Amino acid sequence: MLTVTMTVNGQKVAKDVDPRTLLVQFLREQLNLTGTHVGCDTSQCGACVVLVDGKSMKACTMLAAQADGCEVTTIEGLAKNGELHPMQAAFKEHHGLQCGFCTPGMIISAVDLLQQNPDPSEHEIREWLEGNICRCTGYHNIVKAIQHAAQDMRS
Amino acid sequence: MPDSGIGAAVKRREDFRFITGRGRYVDDINRPGQLYASFVRAPIAHANVRGIDTAEAEKAPGVVAVFTGEDLEADGVGSLPCGWVVTDKHGEPHKAPPHWPLVRGKVRYVGDHVAVVIAETLAQARDAAELVEVDYEDLDPVVDLAQAGEGAQLHDEAPGNLCYDWELGDKAAVDAAFEQAAHVTKLDLVNNRLIPNAMEPRAAIGEYDVGSDSYTIYSTSQNPHLLRLILCAFVLNLPEHKVRVVAPDVGGGFGSKIYAYAEETVCTWASKKLNGKPVKWTAERSESFLSDAHGRDHVTHAELAMDAEGKFLALKVDTKANLGAYLSSFATAVPTYLYATLLAGQYATPAVHCNVRGYFTSTAPVDAYRGAGRPEATYVIERIVEVAARDMKMDPAELRRKNFIQPDQFPYQTPVALVYDIGDYEPTLDKALEMIGYRDFAQRRAESEARGKLRGIGFSAYIEACGIAPSAVVGSLGAGVGLWESAQVRFNPTGSVSVFTGAHSHGQGHETTFAQLVSEKLGVPYEQIDIVHGDTGQIPMGMGTYGSRSLAVGGSAIVKACDKIVEKGKKIAAHLMEASVDDIEFDGGQFKVAGTDKAKGIGEIAFTAYVPHNYPEGVEPGLDETAFYDPLNFTYPAGVHIAEVEVDPDTGETKIVDWVAVDDFGKVLNPMIVEGQVHGGIAQGVGQALLESAVYDDSGQLVTGSYMDYTMPRADDFCEFRVGMTVSECTHNPLGVKGCGEAGAIAAPAALMNAITDALGAEIDMPATREKVWRHAQAKLKAAAE
Repeated sequence: MLTVTMTVNGQKVAKDVDPRTLLVQFLREQLNLTGTHVGCDTSQCGACVVLVDGKSMKACTMLAAQADGCEVTTIEGLAKNGELHPMQAAFKEHHGLQCGFCTPGMIISAVDLLQQNPDPSEHEIREWLEGNICRCTGYHNIVKAIQHAAQDMRS
Repeated sequence: MPDSGIGAAVKRREDFRFITGRGRYVDDINRPGQLYASFVRAPIAHANVRGIDTAEAEKAPGVVAVFTGEDLEADGVGSLPCGWVVTDKHGEPHKAPPHWPLVRGKVRYVGDHVAVVIAETLAQARDAAELVEVDYEDLDPVVDLAQAGEGAQLHDEAPGNLCYDWELGDKAAVDAAFEQAAHVTKLDLVNNRLIPNAMEPRAAIGEYDVGSDSYTIYSTSQNPHLLRLILCAFVLNLPEHKVRVVAPDVGGGFGSKIYAYAEETVCTWASKKLNGKPVKWTAERSESFLSDAHGRDHVTHAELAMDAEGKFLALKVDTKANLGAYLSSFATAVPTYLYATLLAGQYATPAVHCNVRGYFTSTAPVDAYRGAGRPEATYVIERIVEVAARDMKMDPAELRRKNFIQPDQFPYQTPVALVYDIGDYEPTLDKALEMIGYRDFAQRRAESEARGKLRGIGFSAYIEACGIAPSAVVGSLGAGVGLWESAQVRFNPTGSVSVFTGAHSHGQGHETTFAQLVSEKLGVPYEQIDIVHGDTGQIPMGMGTYGSRSLAVGGSAIVKACDKIVEKGKKIAAHLMEASVDDIEFDGGQFKVAGTDKAKGIGEIAFTAYVPHNYPEGVEPGLDETAFYDPLNFTYPAGVHIAEVEVDPDTGETKIVDWVAVDDFGKVLNPMIVEGQVHGGIAQGVGQALLESAVYDDSGQLVTGSYMDYTMPRADDFCEFRVGMTVSECTHNPLGVKGCGEAGAIAAPAALMNAITDALGAEIDMPATREKVWRHAQAKLKAAAE
């Protein structure tokens, strides 16, 4: 066992974990933050994407221990003071989700895209989503949602 | 445009929980004292199991139990059944070998369930599963469908690995038509095997309660009641009233979550064995690849007979269908009644005959996957029609137009059993041609060529049969269940409404659409209506969601229940307003006395029903009505998709440059949701045509067993889809709706392959990988240069 300490969604947490615990297991099982999903075992699907020190990371591909001392934001921590993040609002407004399983990772990944590129082209959005798989939407409305969120966040 | 009733693009109410991480999927549920199951799976495709040594695993830390097929056998656990008996062309029922939840003596595909290890933590269960020693005696696998009949025998019950040899249609009429034909187009096709890949892996928790001698099963199911019925009646022999199945938020299904699988069976059985400890299993993605039911996998030869002007005279089709190692819940029906019955397509072809041989192979079971039989049928028809147009040097749109069933022919009896109630195919084609700019295609092609690219255009004029189906009809064809749907509409005393539906939403947005429907029917504000689904403990027996049936069948049941509410409400209103029931009219939530200004709101009527102090004699208190709806016919959504592609001969990349979908789904309740369904369907169809293929090597190993090897469509594989609609309302359900969930997946593969083969001037099979496309593009350029 080793002790990891991190700030998750603004709250400081310290827990003892088995060294092999993945960050996604830590979030889901020890903190009960089940919005971060596991969709594959090969770091392809992106259902587990969270922000670690502000950058999008696949929480299934890093150990909880590697996030020691980090600031982690999960889908549960994106809305502030009861107000949806513009990306969350845009996904709802533009029907960017169906079954909802890929959605948390998709939204978090898109949030990071706009941090790096506030005005992405459709092509840049589609390329960025390489690491996020959705089986329901055909990505059509996800792309639309991100385009609109970008617009909203710039204005 | 209404803001929340029928026809409004209402934003989905279920979204809030999903975008904030508050969805509740099975793996998010943890029960007190829960144990974890890990399955020991067959690492080889076909072998006798000479022995299973569980001693080391049982001693491992945290291990509570290790079970094998012998333990289940000793407890009388039955075989996972196939729920549809297909009678072959000799009048014999299909071969139905047993499918034990844990194998008995033999494994038949890689991923087959050999044993289960149950431990206190998941890591302990997985670690201990590695310690189970299985002594296998290798047998020859049967991998190649084309040669399945000559391979080693997988089941004693099925000589030649043949499950059935089945036919539909008038062979003599077809043969006679071929003799008269001026031209015959022949085509060999492979419909590639797919892995459904809902993003949420399957999961289950089985929980036995000692005190009440009852079970709760949390399952990623598209049809919780059906799962309960199968487990209780056939596999575990449990009393149905003692079993509750909860299918909470389910992360996509596409067919793969219809079936009763080994894992939930074993978890449920083991929980009782372990004195009520809940047993949880969640698939790793690699387990999903190995053991979720796969889809498609046909090898087909088709021939189309035409007269000199291109009128279709007859179609004959010969198909080998891969059923996998065991029969999944509805496996037998998919390549027969859900496939051959659609082979008339949108055309007035007078004679059609189809022969299907279903084979067992040492691969994962194959069952319905989005479209289930109809994508395979559409692929045959729309590919051969396109090739026929090329053979005849006719415009492919005009060849289709020439052969369409005409509006005055409906209801139209096809030569393959179905009766289409309504359709109007030409306006749909015209709209699609207009949207894609067909007239200017030659110019666009020339522009592409000037840039060194090969451009192609492809059509798919599909039809599907949805809303499965009249129970008596499917029963006569061998279905083991009725295919109606249930609904309960319950007013609460304060005027809000709880609606319980037997349909199950796993992405389709029923909580929104069905609330729109009830709001419109009862005049109750949308916000005051809640839709409950996915829990056998709360809802009446229901049949679940598949085959694009939720609105056509489940929605119709809701309409019937609403009608009963109104009927009863009229009696209460008549009493309160001292009028005759016959004079009461209901509109917009108001019960009115005809010809007067007297009216009572439905909320007040509901309150009166629960506080019946001033109440009509002989009327029961309460306002809570249940209805069951059994459809009169299938519904027949149809449409035209047109794909335009540009192939780069240097890289083999196929770029989809435009996609037009014009669909006739009948009446549309929520256009935003319907368009979303179309987008998603197209993406899966494009995935099949361009990227996806489940590949087993000669030894029966699944070589496409992860997202590293099985190519899932990504966002940058697509262009924007352009969706249009035409409307001919279904004639036999109260809403006039047809269903939209599978259309894209049905239409898309043929459209895309027609476009790619048009660009290449050569035939290729799906998936049109870059390598295949590059080789043919190079060959075309070389031929042109010579």
